[in-house]
Amino acid sequence: MIDYIYLTVLLPLIGFLINGIFGHKIKNEKIIGIIGSSTVGVSFLVALASFFQMLSLPVDQRKHVVELFSWLSAGGLNIKFAYLVDQLSIVMALIVTGVGFLIHVYSIGYMHADKSFWRFFAYLNLFIFAMMNLILGDNFVVLFLGWEGVGLCSYLLIGFWYDRKFEKGTTSQAAKKAFVVNRIGDFGFLLGMFLIYLTFDSLNFQEVFSKAELFPISGTVYGFIALFLFIGATGKSAQIPLFVWLPDAMAGPTPVSALIHAATMVTAGVYMVARCSIIFASAPAIMTVIAIVGLLTAFFAATVGLVQNDIKKVLAYSTVSQLGYMFLAMGVGAFSAGIFHVMTHAFFKALLFLGAGSIIHAMHDQQDIQHYGGLKKYMPKTYITFVIAALAISGFPGLSGFFSKDEILWNAYAHGSVLLWAVGILTALMTAFYMFRLLFLTFFGKERFSHDLHPHESPAVMTVPLIILAVLSVVGGYIGLPAVFSGENGNLFESWLSPIFSSAERRLEVYGSHGHFEEILLMMISVAAALGSIYLAYYIYTKKPEIASKTSRKFSKLYRLLLNKYYVDEVYEATIVQPLQKGSEKILWKIADNKIIDGTVNGAASLIDKTAALIRRFQTGFTQFYAFIMMVGIAIALFWIILSF
Amino acid sequence: MYMENNFLLTYLLLIPLLGSLLLLFINKEKESLIRWAGFGIALLAFILSLVIYLRFDPGQSGFQFVNKITWISKINVSYHVGIDGISILLILLTTFLTPITLFSSWKSIKKKVKEFTFFMLLLEVGMIGVFVSLDLFLFYVFWEAMLIPMYFIIGIWGGEQRIYASVKFFIYTMFGSLLMLVSIIWLGVYAASFTGTFTTNLLDLYKIGPGVPHQIQVFMFLSFFISFAIKVPLFPFHTWLPDAHVQAPTAGSVILAGVLLKMGTYGIIRFCLPLFPQSATEFAPVISVLAIIGIIYGALVAMVQKDMKKLVAYSSVSHLGFVVLGIFAMTTEAVQGSVIQMVNHGLSTGALFLLVGMIYDRTHTREISNYGGIAKIIPLFSFALMFASLSSMGLPGLNGFVGEFLILLGSFKSPVLNSWAYTIFAASGVIFAAVYLLWMYQRVVFGEVKHQNLFSLKDLEKREIAILIPIFIFILWIGIYPGTFLKLSEKSTNTVIQQVLVNPNTDVKVAKQ
Repeated sequence: MIDYIYLTVLLPLIGFLINGIFGHKIKNEKIIGIIGSSTVGVSFLVALASFFQMLSLPVDQRKHVVELFSWLSAGGLNIKFAYLVDQLSIVMALIVTGVGFLIHVYSIGYMHADKSFWRFFAYLNLFIFAMMNLILGDNFVVLFLGWEGVGLCSYLLIGFWYDRKFEKGTTSQAAKKAFVVNRIGDFGFLLGMFLIYLTFDSLNFQEVFSKAELFPISGTVYGFIALFLFIGATGKSAQIPLFVWLPDAMAGPTPVSALIHAATMVTAGVYMVARCSIIFASAPAIMTVIAIVGLLTAFFAATVGLVQNDIKKVLAYSTVSQLGYMFLAMGVGAFSAGIFHVMTHAFFKALLFLGAGSIIHAMHDQQDIQHYGGLKKYMPKTYITFVIAALAISGFPGLSGFFSKDEILWNAYAHGSVLLWAVGILTALMTAFYMFRLLFLTFFGKERFSHDLHPHESPAVMTVPLIILAVLSVVGGYIGLPAVFSGENGNLFESWLSPIFSSAERRLEVYGSHGHFEEILLMMISVAAALGSIYLAYYIYTKKPEIASKTSRKFSKLYRLLLNKYYVDEVYEATIVQPLQKGSEKILWKIADNKIIDGTVNGAASLIDKTAALIRRFQTGFTQFYAFIMMVGIAIALFWIILSF
Repeated sequence: MYMENNFLLTYLLLIPLLGSLLLLFINKEKESLIRWAGFGIALLAFILSLVIYLRFDPGQSGFQFVNKITWISKINVSYHVGIDGISILLILLTTFLTPITLFSSWKSIKKKVKEFTFFMLLLEVGMIGVFVSLDLFLFYVFWEAMLIPMYFIIGIWGGEQRIYASVKFFIYTMFGSLLMLVSIIWLGVYAASFTGTFTTNLLDLYKIGPGVPHQIQVFMFLSFFISFAIKVPLFPFHTWLPDAHVQAPTAGSVILAGVLLKMGTYGIIRFCLPLFPQSATEFAPVISVLAIIGIIYGALVAMVQKDMKKLVAYSSVSHLGFVVLGIFAMTTEAVQGSVIQMVNHGLSTGALFLLVGMIYDRTHTREISNYGGIAKIIPLFSFALMFASLSSMGLPGLNGFVGEFLILLGSFKSPVLNSWAYTIFAASGVIFAAVYLLWMYQRVVFGEVKHQNLFSLKDLEKREIAILIPIFIFILWIGIYPGTFLKLSEKSTNTVIQQVLVNPNTDVKVAKQ
């Protein structure tokens, strides 16, 4: 099946073309939905079959390149349209097509009766197409094609309801913001590619990485490459300073938030760093930067998440925060732990978003959790799956998030420092708190909504994907059971990915030098922290709700700061957006262009005009005057000739 | 395939020339006949150019389909035409866009149809002539001759300030060309001092130009270059462009942006670089800085425009900045990128002008603020505008990316520029392109419908779809399989680079190319 891996790219493209071109004529939602979902479903099967085929092969034969055609060639550059199937890309492909399929199915229910149902499915398929190019690309340029392609789909889907208002603006403003901020990241990514080409004379992954393995380590070049690439990652994966687009991306329909802005696209930056692990491992300074940026992002996003009242906003900041964890993992060289968290996060965060969608659906587009409450009895399936997801993200022992997050924290401690670990734990604590604040305010307590709404459980087409994701959120962690528990087999997930990261790890010299006792101790601390804050949330939001309002009054300045997300948007607006716009209009256009350049041109023209007008006066029409001028001229000429002898 | 006398190119010139004369015999009342005849003639020229393309051998360096006939024997001037891999692309672009623009004017041009078609065909003769000339004198004749029909097209069928715009266009260009004429004669005289005969034969001058003493070479280079820079237009010679574009009828804008601007960049590749390699490399950093200023400046000024057409016009300043940067980076990647980007810009900006024209025909306004929320009223138009915008902002998979990527990649490793800074600044244009295009798109297409009259808008009709589809096919084609086009020009591009860099006077340390 590996040789047919291009089907996983081609099928969604076909789905996009069918629904995109004929969708408005088909009209039947079922047919459109089935076309959209089945193309992704079959892609998943192809990926799964390829995965099993790889399992049956010896480790050194698991890497396959499937070449399609020559894309770009000029001078020494020769970019092939080719796909690379290896341990890393197949994991990502399974996540994207698997979770993607479930979200497609869910959307059939969620988008029911939308006037542009067909357009939605066309865009979703196009997204899967682009995302698969990103993952499977055999070189930086195909990856970049997918990279920008998912950005485009994100743009189209955030602005899907283009005539709706969103917060202070419109959904299309949010969409544009997402695209432009991503482009800033892409700018960095492009420069990274150029420098790679300059250094390694190639943009093909295998060529570049094998040369990187042999190259003597010259820190600055690697440092610049890693820095440029990381700038790209901060854009796509919403890290400081480019995270501002992701919370606004919630303007899109909720399945989009689940698929693109939680489970798949936003993890592209993590994937890219993992893919280029050898380059990053050769730039230790940038690795530190990544770890710090990741941790800071995780921390600050979590603090914002504590006070938000829009259910999707909470989840959005939670996503930013979790992505921060993944970058923390990358930064400390725990590449496979980071990818592991990509996977578990895809399960539980997609579940959280779909659950939120189910709630929003039931509450007729109300997104403010202050107007929820007591929903437990109306929507039991949504409730139970949501609890599972919340437990998973909080790191409840035995669930998927527990294993992946703890592995990251353990690595932060073992290969980073106690400080990294401590801030990580603090963040985990806040995560558990805001998730359960959300959960209790939504499902427990008094019903704070008008009863004309008649909340009800969502149809099976929506709840079945929830249940499947809930199962995955529970069991997904066991493939990455840490060696402490699994004994001699070691961590399965880690050993599956180890051929990909081995050279980077050699360069980093990452060896487990700490004992099992320490690992278990740290794990217990984080479990205690998670359980403690779940209880705290339970106590505050179901028993003593006045504590919350009292605290927010007491620390009103801090509360406002968090509620307004540290005013980052406002600061960017005032320091970058406005000056650029005003400067371009008032100075560049009105002054430089119209006054200075055009003024010079028109000035030259009018100067000629005036000179001509002056000279014209000599054409009086009187013969005597001409004769006189002629005499003067001859006199001057004679004088000149005589003098020059 | 090199034949001393191959008449195909001459036929290609004669078709629109004789065609335009033929039109004069048709009664001007028969407008539909005139339109069809004009379109047919242009289409015939396109078919012939396809024949030439099929017979063209990309493996050969040097000029093909050469036709040389002595013209003014006293000063050794001949009618000497021929093409290489660079000019064939631009000829294909010209003969492709001309029938499209004629077809697009079906409804928008209502007065003096006969004269309009006549001038458009004459313009085509001039444009093809510029791209095929291998004699500087002949080149100069076409270069100037082409101004006249364009002057009339803006001046007669243009907007309210058409006279100001057309005169500005004319004078700006004339100023440049006069300098060039002086240098052409000087170069010929200089050749005479060597060989004893005055010549304007480009192939002979290729051997002589690089040997011109430094001080004179600088002057000659600059006088050629300024003439071309005005045409491109390179910052700060660009202010004729927004006026000319806004005032010109749609067909004029499309040809202006699609082909005329390329004559500037083509001229640089064909004449400035190989004739004066030493000066070209010396001036490369300065010119690249101007190009980069143009990229950023054009994008920023485009961002704040209130008129859609002006926005697209300023975006051309930005895009052509990329092309100039690529040319002066003088690596195969970059120059190849520039060549393909010339074609790309013709397609995507051409499509944008066509689309702006199509909606202008319906509403008679180009003010962005007069629109909003048209996505649900005219979805096809909205889709087409999105597609063209994406192409213009260089989305991978579409044509614009191929050109920009190669230019930036090539300039990054350029030994002539020898600094990352150029590329870093230039690449920021990629961000701004997304800003100005998406911002315009958001205000025009998305949001709520602000003006009641927009509700009665009609979506694209079949004729308009037929105009756009061929352009969109090429946008995709170049994006996905650019090899078809890159292969055509690779040999010729390398020849030009060799002419510049493998030159004893050129002070560039190039290890490998």
